[in-house]
Amino acid sequence: MNHLGATVLSAVFNLNHPAHTVDWSFIHLSVANVVVIGLMLLAFLLALVLPFPGAERRRGGRS
Amino acid sequence: MSSLATPPPVEPASQHSWTVKVREAGVAALPPHKLLPDGQPTYVASWIYMFGVASIASLVVIIASGSILALKGPGWWHYTGIGHFFNSIHLWSVELFFFAMVVHLWGKYWMAAWRGGRSRVWMTGAVTFLVAVPCALTGYVSQQNFDAQWIATQAKDSMNSIGVGAFFNLTNFGQMYSWHILLLPTAVVLLVGAHVLLVRKHGVVPPFELEQRRAALATTAGEQS
Repeated sequence: MNHLGATVLSAVFNLNHPAHTVDWSFIHLSVANVVVIGLMLLAFLLALVLPFPGAERRRGGRS
Repeated sequence: MSSLATPPPVEPASQHSWTVKVREAGVAALPPHKLLPDGQPTYVASWIYMFGVASIASLVVIIASGSILALKGPGWWHYTGIGHFFNSIHLWSVELFFFAMVVHLWGKYWMAAWRGGRSRVWMTGAVTFLVAVPCALTGYVSQQNFDAQWIATQAKDSMNSIGVGAFFNLTNFGQMYSWHILLLPTAVVLLVGAHVLLVRKHGVVPPFELEQRRAALATTAGEQS
């Protein structure tokens, strides 16, 4: 990465600090991991509710 | 060239030949229309069924990018832009692999995908997940940087606490690199292959027949009242 790119990214993502964590009883997770878990749950829910292209046509037996 | 049109005579093998037995068992277990089907049941037309193939697509990118990194050596990505690029491809394909595999696992768990004689399908999938975890973690200690050293020195304590440190030494880079690029990926690929063949053999698990179950429950309730 060139110097300009590094400067731009470092302005957006300040990593010069200890990791942010979520603490709840014995649960100790980094915010980054919590975000990924949230995205996986979101993808799971969307996969259940979003219509699949052509699903109705296939179930109706029309080609 | 006419002599090539007629195949040369071949002495048929005995029915006791292991070649014949393996072929017949293979064709019986996976006839061509099951091995390479040209259609799927209509219930497969749902996004939740896409995460299995998304996992496999990610695995293909992981193996391809990892092979390039292996050809150039573990330090390559530190001093070249193209090496850094392929290292990033490798990292993010692993992230996608686990993302898709976890959603696939959730979907199959709530479908009870072990139904209908599919216990081996479920077990090979679960074991693949368990083997893929150390496969990825040994990648963290193969980075050739301070992050790898920190992780290795922290993780060795957990390995020592369960008594396997003498056999699985986190501070031995050569051993960890071998596990990461050969032993564990081979196990993952073989398990995924077995998993896919078992899915082909047993078919994709159907959804619960909710409507029929609701109707059956309504009938039962009507008889009791």
